[in-house]
Amino acid sequence: MTENTEALIEIKNLTFSRGSRKIFDDITLSIPKGKITAIMGPSGSGKTTLLKLIAGQLQPDSGVVTVEGLNVHQLSRKKIYQLRRKMGMLFQSGALLTDLNVFDNVAFPLREHTKLPAMMIDALVLMKLQAVGLRGAKNLMPSELSGGMSRRVALARGIALDPEMIFYDEPFVGQDPITKGVLVKLIKTLSDSLDLTSVMVSHDVDEVMQIADYICVISEGKLIAEGPKETLLNESTGYVNQFIKGLPDGPVPFHFPSVPYLDDLGESQKRGGVR
Amino acid sequence: MNALVTGLQGIMQTVGRGFLEKIAAFGQGSLFIFSLLLTLPSALLRVDLLLKQIYVAGVQSLPIILMAGLFVGMVLSLQGYNILVEFNAEEAVGSMTALSLLRELGPVVGALLFAGRAGSALTAEIGLMRSTEQISALEMMAVDPLKFVYAPRFLAVVIALPLLVLIFNALGVFGGYLVSVSWLGVDDGAFWSQMSSQVDWSEDVMNGVIKSVAFGLLIAIVALFQGVNAIPSSEGVSNATTRTVVHSSLGILGLDFILTSIMFN
Repeated sequence: MTENTEALIEIKNLTFSRGSRKIFDDITLSIPKGKITAIMGPSGSGKTTLLKLIAGQLQPDSGVVTVEGLNVHQLSRKKIYQLRRKMGMLFQSGALLTDLNVFDNVAFPLREHTKLPAMMIDALVLMKLQAVGLRGAKNLMPSELSGGMSRRVALARGIALDPEMIFYDEPFVGQDPITKGVLVKLIKTLSDSLDLTSVMVSHDVDEVMQIADYICVISEGKLIAEGPKETLLNESTGYVNQFIKGLPDGPVPFHFPSVPYLDDLGESQKRGGVR
Repeated sequence: MNALVTGLQGIMQTVGRGFLEKIAAFGQGSLFIFSLLLTLPSALLRVDLLLKQIYVAGVQSLPIILMAGLFVGMVLSLQGYNILVEFNAEEAVGSMTALSLLRELGPVVGALLFAGRAGSALTAEIGLMRSTEQISALEMMAVDPLKFVYAPRFLAVVIALPLLVLIFNALGVFGGYLVSVSWLGVDDGAFWSQMSSQVDWSEDVMNGVIKSVAFGLLIAIVALFQGVNAIPSSEGVSNATTRTVVHSSLGILGLDFILTSIMFN
């Protein structure tokens, strides 16, 4: 992290396991205020889990996560819900409430948390929908939306309460190039215009490189690189280089660990062929 | 020898782990129900959510309850008539139908149908809400799923079932009337007077209502618990739905025996 930037979220010595599998092993990182930070890593490296740990939805085995100086995992239920009002989150699936239409989905946080008159809620919802370009889809149900549209509606809902920070969980996965372009533009515009602290979990290198200010790379439970994107782009060796350039072989081998090929073939012939 | 020891160790580990997991699941379940019960008073204040859920669980179960009540009453009185007529006691068919319905068949059959219709839907809905991250999204929007999702559904089930059972009973009695009076020629006055002299308000009607409240609590707890603990995949949700129907049906039958032995001993 650059020294002159204040950290909004700090993670210290975080360890988290699921069953016997260690997802994070002593991770320490900080997320600067007002910037777009990308957390990258291969599928299954626990990126989404990290967002849930930051938001206090999961309890770590050890370590501390502080948001605005508050230790998230020591807050009471009431306090953690208060803190979450300052957070927006864009889930990979959009996670829209399926029994409400687009308008009501975006209005939902406003209706639950504010006592604003209906007229003002209407105006705010239309404003948020206009920002994501879906004002015309306000009467559609979530089942009538494409994946990209769902995410845009979820984004409008995520910013409905004007949060200070917003988390994106794999925002580009499974989207066509146009939708990806739209999402890249939206994330950048919203981050700049609302002065949001954005944390983006993704493995889409091209899109991340377009908008991220700061990048952390996670692999096998460890933080293996962090820095401004220029620094990471200039890596010419090692895992980061393989990941960012999408090389098929390198520190992460192409082959799943196994006995030598010839030994396996010999074994199979002894058994009378592969079963 | 070593292989035997390793094998035994493996078996003990599996059994031990399974046992610990069961205890942990039981503890989690109890904690969930305890925190759910704490949120019930505040959920009563959200009348809009409660009414919507009563509509989904109760009103939408009406057709099946109406049909089933009618047919059960018709069959009961037909069978009852065939037996009673041999003793020239066919006028008693009204009281027999009413007592069977109010004490046993109304609450039990009503609850079994309700578990199949509304309990399974509840588990599937919550399981899918979890697998599509809607519950996580609510938590992230600082909306407590306990208050917003679980408590209104719990209350709706407990409120709707006794009402449905009363409707089931009424339709059953009407079905009995249709068969015995309109079809088999039992005297109209005798049908109703025998019924009103034999049926006791608190012993029969209220005990039936108490049973249905107990069954409602059972279905609500089983359905919610299974939904919340469903593995978030299509197979997981389908298994959880099946478990809801099986566990709550067996639970209803077992609980019915216990309640009957307390109430009518």
